[in-house]
Amino acid sequence: MAQDATSYIQHHLTFAKSASGVHLDTFWIALVLGLAFVALFAYVANKATSGVPGRLQNFVELIVEMVDTQIKDAFHAKSKVIGPLSLTIFCWVFLMNSMDFLPVDLLPTIAQWIGHTFFGMDPHHVYLRVVPTADVNQTFAMSLTVMLLIIGFSISAKGLFGWIKELFTAPFHAEGLVMTIILMPVNFAFQLIELAAKPISLALRLFGNMYAGELIFILIALLPWWINWVLGAPWAIFHILVVTLQAFVFMMLTIVYLSLAVEDH
Amino acid sequence: MEFNASLIGQMITFAILIWFTMKFVWPPLTKMMDERAKRIADGLAAADRAKQDLENAEKKSADKLREAKQQAAEIIAQAEKRAAQLVEEAKSNAKAEGERLLAGAQGEIEQQIQQAKESLRQQVATLAVAGAEKILQREVDAAKHADMLSSIKAEL
Repeated sequence: MAQDATSYIQHHLTFAKSASGVHLDTFWIALVLGLAFVALFAYVANKATSGVPGRLQNFVELIVEMVDTQIKDAFHAKSKVIGPLSLTIFCWVFLMNSMDFLPVDLLPTIAQWIGHTFFGMDPHHVYLRVVPTADVNQTFAMSLTVMLLIIGFSISAKGLFGWIKELFTAPFHAEGLVMTIILMPVNFAFQLIELAAKPISLALRLFGNMYAGELIFILIALLPWWINWVLGAPWAIFHILVVTLQAFVFMMLTIVYLSLAVEDH
Repeated sequence: MEFNASLIGQMITFAILIWFTMKFVWPPLTKMMDERAKRIADGLAAADRAKQDLENAEKKSADKLREAKQQAAEIIAQAEKRAAQLVEEAKSNAKAEGERLLAGAQGEIEQQIQQAKESLRQQVATLAVAGAEKILQREVDAAKHADMLSSIKAEL
């Protein structure tokens, strides 16, 4: 059983890789969920009435309104990017996190069956990680994009020169020229750390939560089948909170970071 | 490809999760959405009503305005008529007064003429008597000849 459990867990934590090592499962599940989000929202937006909304439009409006309220509260500059960006982040992360709710063995088993039946593969070598946000590649892909946007927002708000100047003169200000020059490397180091800390904390927070959640689902799946639900159900119910909260936190921090980027220090 | 009992266990877990969502997560969400739809419907209805009210009020105010204009025109016409009447009255009054004055003046003139005639007559009569006295060289008894004298006076 011990050897069995180890290999079970290992199997669950192995990505489906392409020849060059790209995590295909993360990639296509994220892609499908992203397309699902875009298709649903585009469909509703096209059919939207300005009168009393139907159930689906109401639901979409509710989400958009929630995101919009958060932006209005936290972000005071003008930007065309931040609204769609925040909405996309919230919905996409939520959908990717939600893959956790599916029984841990469901999609991998189906994948094994397809691989075995249609491609004649050894089931033990068909791998599938279902939760894209439990993959550092996915979370860092998003957080690094946010970091690039932070830099872009800073430059567009302060100008290239203004941004570079700020890299060397904030957070520590000095009166004299000599002190200013002395403080330059210190300021630069601070700014670099600050800039790097944002995407790292964003990515690792989301990854850590979802990876831990997934791991515990896998461990629960190792219990005898008749006791499975005793731990599985509370954990899944608790995960409703985690999934929503992590999507919200990722979105909220993105808004806050971008709002800091356009403000003067 | 290996099915085992853990699949059933996971299905039970999943079923419980679905049940939980149906029981505790979905109802508040749908309730919130229904309330939101109702709020929107109410808002739209209120807006419609307000629009209708506004239209009514506009129509009413236009009516009132038209009525007032009509009334004002009537009043002005009446005033004009009255003014014309007054002018006419004044004119005729002035004319009557003028005529009256004229008639008075004429009467007075007539009277004066009569008076002048009378006194002339008197004087002529006196003169004639004096002349006759001189001609006759004797005193004429005025009392005796009063009849004759008065007939002469009348002939003058």
